[in-house]
Amino acid sequence: MDTFFSNLFKKANTGFWPVAIALAFLLVGTFSVYESPRSLGAFLILMTTPLILYFMKMNMKIKVFIGLLLIIVILPVLGIRNIFYLEVIFQMAVFAALALGLNIVVGMAGLLDLGYVAFYAVGAYAWAIFGSKQLSLLHSIPGAAPANAPFALDPKWFWLFIFLGVGLAAFTGILLGLPVLRVKGDYLAIVTLGFGEVVRVLALNLDKPINLTNGPQGITPIQRPPLPPEPIMQFFRNILAPFVGHVPTDAEFYNVFFYFLALIIIAIAILVATRLEDSRIGRAWTAIREDETAAIAMGIPLVKMKLAAFAAGASFAGAMGALYAANRTFVSPETFSFLQSIGVLTMVILGGLGSIPGVIFGAAAVVLLNIQILQNFSLYLSELRQGDTVIPIINFAWKDLSNQLDPAKYQKLVFGLILILMMIFRPSGLIPAERRKRELVEEKE
Amino acid sequence: MSLLKTTNVVKRFGGLVAVNKMTFSVDEGRIVSIIGPNGAGKTTFFNTLTGIYTPEEGQIQFKDHTLIGLRPDQVAATGIARTFQNIRLFGSMTVIENIMVGMHIRLKQGAIDTIFRSKKFNEEENEAEQIAKGLMEYVGLKNVGNELARNLPYGGQRRIEIARALAASPTLLLLDEPTAGMNPNETEEAIKLFRRIRDERDITILLIEHDMRVVMNISEHISVMDYGEKIAEGSPQEIRSNQRVIEAYLGRGAAVAHEQKA
Repeated sequence: MDTFFSNLFKKANTGFWPVAIALAFLLVGTFSVYESPRSLGAFLILMTTPLILYFMKMNMKIKVFIGLLLIIVILPVLGIRNIFYLEVIFQMAVFAALALGLNIVVGMAGLLDLGYVAFYAVGAYAWAIFGSKQLSLLHSIPGAAPANAPFALDPKWFWLFIFLGVGLAAFTGILLGLPVLRVKGDYLAIVTLGFGEVVRVLALNLDKPINLTNGPQGITPIQRPPLPPEPIMQFFRNILAPFVGHVPTDAEFYNVFFYFLALIIIAIAILVATRLEDSRIGRAWTAIREDETAAIAMGIPLVKMKLAAFAAGASFAGAMGALYAANRTFVSPETFSFLQSIGVLTMVILGGLGSIPGVIFGAAAVVLLNIQILQNFSLYLSELRQGDTVIPIINFAWKDLSNQLDPAKYQKLVFGLILILMMIFRPSGLIPAERRKRELVEEKE
Repeated sequence: MSLLKTTNVVKRFGGLVAVNKMTFSVDEGRIVSIIGPNGAGKTTFFNTLTGIYTPEEGQIQFKDHTLIGLRPDQVAATGIARTFQNIRLFGSMTVIENIMVGMHIRLKQGAIDTIFRSKKFNEEENEAEQIAKGLMEYVGLKNVGNELARNLPYGGQRRIEIARALAASPTLLLLDEPTAGMNPNETEEAIKLFRRIRDERDITILLIEHDMRVVMNISEHISVMDYGEKIAEGSPQEIRSNQRVIEAYLGRGAAVAHEQKA
């Protein structure tokens, strides 16, 4: 069976076949999503295209062309037809950036960080506090805020705060690192776990003595960066209207806008991560992961390099945090719970520790599973429950199915199972890490 | 002229004195050995030299640096490179990358160079790769640059470790039982390699060794340790006939028998 599929794959992976298959998936996916924007199957077909592009051999230019066509043209247009898909992809991008950042700390440098989401919180709260009315409410009781308070900053400041988010998160990473890096392994994991909780609890309780975070109610509304100027918007409205079937509203444009912002951040994150990996810094991180004693004997300053790993990893989360706050126009401490940290770690492990394409794939897969597949399955089950159908042989009526068996409720169980199966059958992840092969001109003996 | 000089170095673990008042020196350009029975404190002494342990008492002088209180990475930066008794390679990195890690202190690229792939970065990386390739050939490894280090056979891994240490272009090379686990042929080649390293690269070598044939064959000067103390030193000839050394290695009875035979 195994050889049958691998032979089939080999045959399909030669000549013009890869391009044909990729185009087929792209066209069928696009057409079916366009026709039935609510179908999960159609969306999955479309989302298979990037996988084909990644795994199959074809001309690099064609690969890039198909990829860009999908990302820049097709997805936004389809996304305006069914805004939910853009939301799914936006979340994929957010978590992919988080996974890339955590991958630097856990995957490359081998430092288990269970409080990673704290850096995400730092970025998010930075823009949340300055980009909302919070600064003028510092002395009012949470929940009893006057409605006419002014916004502290113009929405344009958001652009600066993406960079500030990066800087603040990196700084927090170093702050965390300084006391923590004296401990190793399990101890490090526990201390970082504690740190993550400290940040969340701070967000929860810093509504007194001055109301900085508005406590458990969270901060809202947070301003969004302004859309491009009117002539450009008009241009896009005109172009998109015939494809979408109606004139897109500003709310829809905002979704596309955030989708592109997330894409830009993720592109930068991928670039930075790959370049760091293949350099003196990245080699030092991997050396530390493999053998600290040998690494330090080679002249690698452990503390400095570990701090650098924490700072670099945290900075990705900081940028995404600021973007997330603006996208949701709302932040609350609940978003930054311990389970969120574990969720990102799951993506990294599922995709492949230390593997950049792996963790992106891991993030996409988990998000898809989380907010698409399980949800859809839940919907399907509840439809069955309302109908009169009966499972034949065992004579079980669907309407007797307990509410407790709602898949959305046992999400964590599904992840647990997936992780256990992964550890048994594919411990190095879905796309395992690979070292770069250098072109070494070596003579044969 | 002595390159490395220790005076009265003491290292204790709780009540156990692992290294006791070691006064010891290595002359520039020589191949010097430390021998001694198991548990004599040789490796501990190595670890105090390289900064892994901080000695309780004593002085360590290397060129014009005082090594006491320096971290291992700072010691490495003064020009001391080492290998380990149990091979410590970065197993999931390629052979070339392992050697390039050895160049860490020589490379000057920063984070900005790395992210923007500056001209400086590209030139430095190319050069580092060339040097690493050269070192691979120098220690006798061929066509394995892209293999993961853990996939190489034992002898090959020993060679990588030496290449990695050489990559730092050290003035002093510390080898901790470099021929342990090798067959006689491999040992022979290793000895040749050490001589070449000293002769062609002007690197002073200090090694710990168990195998008497190796020690007598290669060393120009030998120090013998037992129970943390230096009990003898001198040329291979002198060590061979030293009473205390024979005692330490073979026990008192054997030493007496040896004497009677002589």
